[in-house]
Amino acid sequence: MAAAAIRVVEAHARVYRRTWRGSVISTFLSPVLYLLGMGVGLGTLVNRGAGSASIGIPYLAYLAPGLLAAAAMQTGAGDGSWPVMAGIKWTKTYFATLATPIRIPDLVIGHLGWVGIRMIFVSTVFVLVMAAFGAVAVGVGLLAVFPAVLTGLAFAAPVSGYAAWLKRDTGLSNLFRFGIVPMFLFSGTFFPITQLPGWMQPLAYAVPLWHGVELTRATTLGLATTFSPFVHVAYLLAWIVGGTLVAIHTFTKKLGQ
Amino acid sequence: MTTGTLMARIVPPSAMGSRRARHLLERNFLVYRHAWIVIFSGFFEPLFYLFSIGIGLGKLVGDVVGPTGEPISYAAFVAPALLGAAAMNGAVYESTFNIFFKLKYAKIYDAVLATPMAPGDIAIGEITWSLFRGALYATGFLVVMWIMGLMPSLWGLLAVPAALLLGFGFAAAGMAATSFMRSWQDFDLVQLVTLPLFLFSATFYPLSVYPEWLRWAAQLSPLYHGVVLIRSLTLGIFEWTMLYHIGFLVVMGAVGIVVAARRLEKLLLA
Repeated sequence: MAAAAIRVVEAHARVYRRTWRGSVISTFLSPVLYLLGMGVGLGTLVNRGAGSASIGIPYLAYLAPGLLAAAAMQTGAGDGSWPVMAGIKWTKTYFATLATPIRIPDLVIGHLGWVGIRMIFVSTVFVLVMAAFGAVAVGVGLLAVFPAVLTGLAFAAPVSGYAAWLKRDTGLSNLFRFGIVPMFLFSGTFFPITQLPGWMQPLAYAVPLWHGVELTRATTLGLATTFSPFVHVAYLLAWIVGGTLVAIHTFTKKLGQ
Repeated sequence: MTTGTLMARIVPPSAMGSRRARHLLERNFLVYRHAWIVIFSGFFEPLFYLFSIGIGLGKLVGDVVGPTGEPISYAAFVAPALLGAAAMNGAVYESTFNIFFKLKYAKIYDAVLATPMAPGDIAIGEITWSLFRGALYATGFLVVMWIMGLMPSLWGLLAVPAALLLGFGFAAAGMAATSFMRSWQDFDLVQLVTLPLFLFSATFYPLSVYPEWLRWAAQLSPLYHGVVLIRSLTLGIFEWTMLYHIGFLVVMGAVGIVVAARRLEKLLLA
């Protein structure tokens, strides 16, 4: 089975060799712009205002690991949504794949494996940009790639399952509008969740991104995490495993095997 | 008399459109009657940003220096900018992705031009439609700002037409740009323009944060002009310099419409 999944990864890599140009801007430019605009620019206001008192460190150093995890989430959710719908509905490449000895679990695991590889690449680039801004030392920063990839996969797996289950692509727009964007804004990326109204804080605990942010921030800044790091990792792993099982289930329903 | 003939010589007749643009508007209303959730949900995105950036981050930032030099809360500073950014994003999305799809895949305009309608009617009809959507969002957003006490003056209601002007500038420019696009790959360039505008147009912090030369560069951003205009209005400030911001956006929109109508004529009737 593993060999078949690797074939799926290989297929993705061969396509990517032709289409990588399209993702250059989102991969390289948005971390630079966000770190410059929010970290450096807005950081000037935060450090001048009441901010550094409540977070205790320069805002750029605080924000950068949060953005790293958030970028991984966006890559994961993005790669798990439209490409899956395209494979089933628009380009129908999944039907072509399944006409070979490759089975549905291979297809799902191969797809997520490729997303993981892309995530390692994207997160590494992000960390190097962070280091160039002086937000982190390269060595510690690269350690944060590991929790970032976990965060990304914790979104890619369930979102793939959801995308396969959907009938129309408006469901994907709604997922981003009512799910991914609010998580980006309220999961400790830009400010500690203790600034949120009391009733919202337990909600943040349920969001995988918050656990990812806790881990990336703890890694780059050497801070203690809210819960034991093992709890955070286990929570992300649970989303990955659960999401993969859901994806295999919905892929099977949709692709009829 | 002279201005009339001058206009006629500079602006191609197709860009002026006729009164038939309203039929395109009617078509869009009919289409979205069954997909109103798409329109309705667009209202929430700036709200999420307002709650997160304005309230959560606002606690970290504290007060900032407002346009008149008086300190204002960070939420009051950033809210009008989010309104401006939402107007820009809405207009750009509608005039690039949607128009490109209708132009290349759905072939809607080929059908439209088989009727007595002209390319100028298409340009004007689509831009009017996107302004309808913009007005809906801007009004909703201002009501929330008012409830949250972020709009100290009722003159702030004038921010709706200001946001529409901003939307008009971007819708026209976006449509002109779309007429040059060959494939979805080119849409990466749209993001390449809108993301820096979103982050660096005095949206999240005053220009005073920048070094001198960058302040000058930021003033070239059309979003900057819209944001300054909207911010002054929601805070109830009136200054002569606002005319300059208005002029910038009017010119941008007018140039965009002329280019868009000319290109549509070339693409569809050639």
